[in-house]
Amino acid sequence: MAQPHSNLSPMRRVWKNYGQLASLLILPLAWFAIIYVGSLIALLIYGFYRLDEFSGLVVYELGLDNFLAIFSPAYFAVVMRSFLMAVAVTAASVIMGFPLAWYIVRYTQGWRRLVLFLLVSLPLWSSYLVRLYIWKLLLAKEGIVAWIFTALHLENLLDAILSIPVIGGSSLSFSLIGTFLVFLYMWFPFMVIPMMAALQRIPHNFLEASEDLGGSTWQTLRYIIIPLAVPGIAAGSIFTFSLTLGDYIIPQVIGNSSYFLGQVIYVQQGTSGNIPFAAAFTLVPIVIIGIYLWFVRRLGAFDAI
Amino acid sequence: MPSDINPVTPPRRKIRPRPVHRGKFALRMMAWVGLAFLHFPLLVIIVYAFSTADKSYVFPPPGYTLQWFAVAWQREDVWRALTLSVQVGVFATLIALILGSLMAMALARRKFFGSSSLNLMMVLPIALPGIVTGIALRSAFNSMAIEYSIYTIIIGHATFCVVVVYNNAVARLRRISPNLLEASADLGATAWQTWRYIVMPQLASALLAGGLLAFALSFDEVIVTTFTAGQQTTLPIWMLGELFRPRQKPVTNVVAVCVLIMTFIPIIIAYWFTREDSQVKN
Repeated sequence: MAQPHSNLSPMRRVWKNYGQLASLLILPLAWFAIIYVGSLIALLIYGFYRLDEFSGLVVYELGLDNFLAIFSPAYFAVVMRSFLMAVAVTAASVIMGFPLAWYIVRYTQGWRRLVLFLLVSLPLWSSYLVRLYIWKLLLAKEGIVAWIFTALHLENLLDAILSIPVIGGSSLSFSLIGTFLVFLYMWFPFMVIPMMAALQRIPHNFLEASEDLGGSTWQTLRYIIIPLAVPGIAAGSIFTFSLTLGDYIIPQVIGNSSYFLGQVIYVQQGTSGNIPFAAAFTLVPIVIIGIYLWFVRRLGAFDAI
Repeated sequence: MPSDINPVTPPRRKIRPRPVHRGKFALRMMAWVGLAFLHFPLLVIIVYAFSTADKSYVFPPPGYTLQWFAVAWQREDVWRALTLSVQVGVFATLIALILGSLMAMALARRKFFGSSSLNLMMVLPIALPGIVTGIALRSAFNSMAIEYSIYTIIIGHATFCVVVVYNNAVARLRRISPNLLEASADLGATAWQTWRYIVMPQLASALLAGGLLAFALSFDEVIVTTFTAGQQTTLPIWMLGELFRPRQKPVTNVVAVCVLIMTFIPIIIAYWFTREDSQVKN
């Protein structure tokens, strides 16, 4: 940080700097290298072991069986379901988050903006499980959402929505629509925050210029604001996409009994005790997220986080 | 801008006054719908905590009572879970504070080979799905035959809390003017004195904020915890149990409200301490 001893020779100053850097880094580096990177490597190695079918014990021999098993059709359906859900949640977050972000950035200032910013970020940090629990209350058959539909005399509409094949179910809390709503609720603030940062960077005179040149509100939105907001949207989508893809608790609590990616891992390591297969399967979300990151990197997502 | 400056090229389209307030009204509506979607559920749980219904989640509640707060207060299992969560949170936060501020001091003003990889390594525990971090730690503990205990939970939590402290500390360190450090050095201060009297006073509130956020993160974490805990029950694990096998629904409602309030307080304080850092970042 500071270099007070300017009377040292340049060479010795360089060494002193390295010494300082090393002494700062040694503890955190050791922690992460041993505990975190070490664990990830252990996980990868476990993926090559296999479970003895009769004894239920892990056989410590390297093999590719687990990785080949991933490509069975049953797991492919799970992967597709999780992927489509992640895409749907991301798209809905963009649609829902954009007006909010634009409103906060353009039409508020001072303490009002601070309060709105806090209101957006507060749910992010507050208890995930409590919020999930609340949704269980909201979506329950006798819960508040059903009550609102009844109060508005729209029971038939609710029944119609619930009778849609695949995504419907006996009640909202046992349907994929419910799962989707909860995912959206949980992750959409993650979209709003980077979006606000990106929208804030749009110079005001761009908008005025567009208006002066006769651009309608829609044209300004389409040709000025949205293109400039893309890096922010891409950055936010990293969160909404990968959080949806990896979550295994929400679909366990709200939804029909069809599996999502995380649940396969969880059940394999828990009830089945098949840690080797679970370890191999963790590669699926990692690879999908890796591809996704590569894709959004090209949209400028990493400059906008 | 008047359009008659250049009469040769008339505007392609007739300019009429834009319906500014109507557009703004629709926008405001959509924005408030978004906010209501975020916050309405939080209000609902408060209503439920006072409901007299004890077997179902019926709405509107048949009546209101305070008795469930008293019942929850008497529950041993809730207190044990709360105590464990606080212990884990405090130790994980302390470790994260040490590692995170060291990292921040190393990386705030330096760029060297591998510095962006270090950054990535810190973000990974929260960027990768929690289940990956969780199962990675579990297989590591398994292969080293380490018994699950409060220490394994703390190790897991500290690992993903570091980045929160780091982000806060690094944002603050980058705001400290290098002139101050040079002035201090010119006046003959040692590196230690500069750190103690110039850097630390400015860094302190960012570290406090980072620590509070790290605590909130740890206090709430469930996914990594399910993989790194043995028989121990933190408050989120308790809550998870109630989600699947509710024993006394009203008690869960009360605990939910209390957890919500307990996490809001540190977050608001942290936000207050770092409100200028985030403005600079934006």
